[in-house]
Amino acid sequence: MAITLAPLPFAQDALAPIISPETLQYHYGKHHQAYVNNLNKLIDGTPLAEKSLEEIILAAEGGVFNNAAQVWNHTFYWNGLKPGAGEPQGKLLELIQRDFGNVAKLKEELAAAATTQFGSGWAWLVLDDGKLKVVKTGNADLPLKHGQTALWTIDVWEHAYYIDYRNERPKYTQQVLDNLLNWDFAAANLAKSA
Amino acid sequence: MDTSRRDFLMTAGGIAIAGGVLGSTLSAQAADAPAAAVEHKLPELPYAYDALEPYIDAQTMTLHHDKHHAGYVKNLNAAEAALEKARAANDFALVQHWSKQVAFNGAGVSLHNLFWTIMAPNGKGGGGQPAGKLLEKITQDFGSFDAFKAQFSAAAASVEAAGWAALHYRKEDGRLLVLQIENHQKLTPWGVTPLLVLDVWEHAYYLKYQNKRPDYITAWWNVVNWEQVQANLEAAAK
Ligand SMILES: [Fe+2]
Ligand SMILES: [Fe+2]
Repeated sequence: MAITLAPLPFAQDALAPIISPETLQYHYGKHHQAYVNNLNKLIDGTPLAEKSLEEIILAAEGGVFNNAAQVWNHTFYWNGLKPGAGEPQGKLLELIQRDFGNVAKLKEELAAAATTQFGSGWAWLVLDDGKLKVVKTGNADLPLKHGQTALWTIDVWEHAYYIDYRNERPKYTQQVLDNLLNWDFAAANLAKSA
Repeated sequence: MDTSRRDFLMTAGGIAIAGGVLGSTLSAQAADAPAAAVEHKLPELPYAYDALEPYIDAQTMTLHHDKHHAGYVKNLNAAEAALEKARAANDFALVQHWSKQVAFNGAGVSLHNLFWTIMAPNGKGGGGQPAGKLLEKITQDFGSFDAFKAQFSAAAASVEAAGWAALHYRKEDGRLLVLQIENHQKLTPWGVTPLLVLDVWEHAYYLKYQNKRPDYITAWWNVVNWEQVQANLEAAAK
C-alpha cells in the first residue's frame, strides 16, 4: 500500500498574494511530491510498506523518518492554510485565552518560534498534556514524535518563502499568521484529540 | 593587560585553558577591564555580484552576501555584546541562549567568509582542476580527483535540510576529509580546518535552481578557485 500525495485543499492560486502559485508549484508539486516518492522507494518491500504514515513516523529513524515526517508535515501545513480564515471560537478560543491570554499573544509566540528556528524547520501550536503550547522543531521533526498533538503549523524551510519573500522570514510568517491561519482546522484537531 | 600575558593567552588558545593554569592570577586580576570585543565586519565580495554567472546568479549573490551573510555578522556581534553585558552584570540567566547564538552565527560568518574566497569567475581563476601539491594530496587521500569530487558532491546533495559540504584538513594525521555540516555549526569534529566549502542552504540556490540542488552542485564546480584552496591547505598544514 503505497503512500500517496494528498490533493491540495485549495486551488494553486487561492493563497495569492500571500503564497504565490509559483511557490505552490514547487513546494507542493516538487518538494512534497519528492518526499512521497522517496518514502515509497525506501519502504517498498519492507514491513513498513503495510503501515500507516503515522505508524511509520513513530517506528522509523533516519531517512525513512525524515521523508515520512515531511510527507505528514506538508499535508498538515496545507490544511492549516485558508484565505480569510476569521478568528478562533468556542473551546479553542477558551484554551487560547487560558494558556496565552489572548489570540494576539499566541500569534506573537508563533512568530517568535518561526523566526528564531535555526535553519530549516517548523513552528507549531500543539496540545501537550491538556495545555496549548507553541513549539518549534528542526528539519523534519514533528510533535507526534514527542507525544504532543499538533493543532497547526507553519513551514519555515527557506523553500517555503524564498520565491515570494526572499530572505524575509519574519514577513512571510506575519503574513501567514494574519491572513491564512485556518482556525477551523486547528479547532478540528483539538476536538479530535478530546 | 601586559604584552606577555596577552601572548600567553593567545598561544594557549583561550581563557579557559589559561584559567586552568593561572586561576589564582586571574582572580587577582579580576579588576582589570577586559579587552573590548572586536566588532565583526562583513567582508566585501572579492568580485562583482554577477561575476559567477551563469553558474550562480547576481540576484542570489546579492541577497546571499548583503542579507544572509550580513545577518549572521549582525547577530554574532549582538550575541557577543550580550555576553559582555552578562559578564559585567554577573547575570548568566541567558547564557545558554547567547552561547547558541554565537555558535550558529559565528559559524555562519566563518563559513561565508571562506565560501566567497574559494570561488572565482569561470576561466578567471574559477573551475578546472587542482594542480601541484593539492592535486597530489587529494589523489593520495581520496584515490583520485574524480573520487574526491564524487564524494564531495554526494555529501553536498545529501546534507539533511540546511547545511554545507566541506573539505577539511586534519592536522593530527595530516589527512584531508570530506564532511557534511548541518546548519553552520553541527557535525564537525574538533581539530580540522575547512579548506573548501559549499553552501547548500536553499538560499544559496533557490532562485535559480529551486528544488534541484544537484544541478546547483554540478554548476558550482565551474567556479571553484583551486589556487585559493591550495593556499588554504598550505596555511592549515603549517
Ligand atoms: Fe516545505
Ligand atoms: Fe549561505
